[in-house]
Amino acid sequence: MQTLTQRLANPTRFMEFSGRLLPWISAAAALLIACGLYLGFSAPPDYQQGETVRIMYIHVPSAWLAMAIYSVIAISSFGLLVFRHPLADVSAKAAVPLGAAFTLLALVTGSLWGRPMWGTYWVWDARLTSVLILFFLYLGLMALRASLEDETLASKLTAILALVGIVMLPIIKFSVDFANTLHQPSSVLRVGGPTIEASLLTPLLLTAAGFTLLFSAMHLKAMRNEILRRRVKALQLAEVERAHTAQLAAAE
Amino acid sequence: MFDLGPHASFIWLSYAAVALVVGGLIAWLMLDGREQQRRLDELAARGVRRRSSGRKS
Repeated sequence: MQTLTQRLANPTRFMEFSGRLLPWISAAAALLIACGLYLGFSAPPDYQQGETVRIMYIHVPSAWLAMAIYSVIAISSFGLLVFRHPLADVSAKAAVPLGAAFTLLALVTGSLWGRPMWGTYWVWDARLTSVLILFFLYLGLMALRASLEDETLASKLTAILALVGIVMLPIIKFSVDFANTLHQPSSVLRVGGPTIEASLLTPLLLTAAGFTLLFSAMHLKAMRNEILRRRVKALQLAEVERAHTAQLAAAE
Repeated sequence: MFDLGPHASFIWLSYAAVALVVGGLIAWLMLDGREQQRRLDELAARGVRRRSSGRKS
């Protein structure tokens, strides 16, 4: 019996499947984000951070996605290099700009949250600096792929860089534990359970789930676009080849 | 609900940044999808088709 990934290895089947799934995921994402923000803005302000805690509902999901998307890219890269799955490179390529965007949002919203809470927009500490490096890594993946004309080589080299870069994920995750930092330690995913009050935690979990679905929808759409782009390129090459053959035949 | 105190500008700027970036990504994805589909349709109109184009895609 074929697994789901094996069944979806056929791009045509993936296009059918993703086309049916996309509206549902998009609607669920919009609903969860709307509910999360409504509850988040209805909840009482934090006793220490006051109203600025509202930034948490977009900062934490963005930061979570910055790392989760990198995991998707690393898994896809592994799938390309080891299993040569036909959609693995499509998935990795489609996820990179999305990951860069959410990492940028984590940096910007964190900075805007830091100014009123810490008295500064930026400090060169372990957490902030490691996330900035992750952002540059995303840009590096895009630049490397764009700099090589041979697409097969570009895919392989980008995949290798993505797998090497996965070292950044534990560094970011544990940077608040092993280094001095203004950033607070983990308060949701931690041993002993979350330390956030339920009225603030529930909307946070809703927006985190909503952002994750939002990324899933955008990733599916970006993959569909990439498959179409590859079809266009293959057809253009076939057209040129056909014209060339016809020219040779006419010359003979 | 929307009286966000003395730091309101930081909160609104954060949400504006997310709206801008997420809105931009969605617009880019939609336009890119339309552009690729238009190119495929153009090629099909010139008679350049995939071997499997007889099947549903």
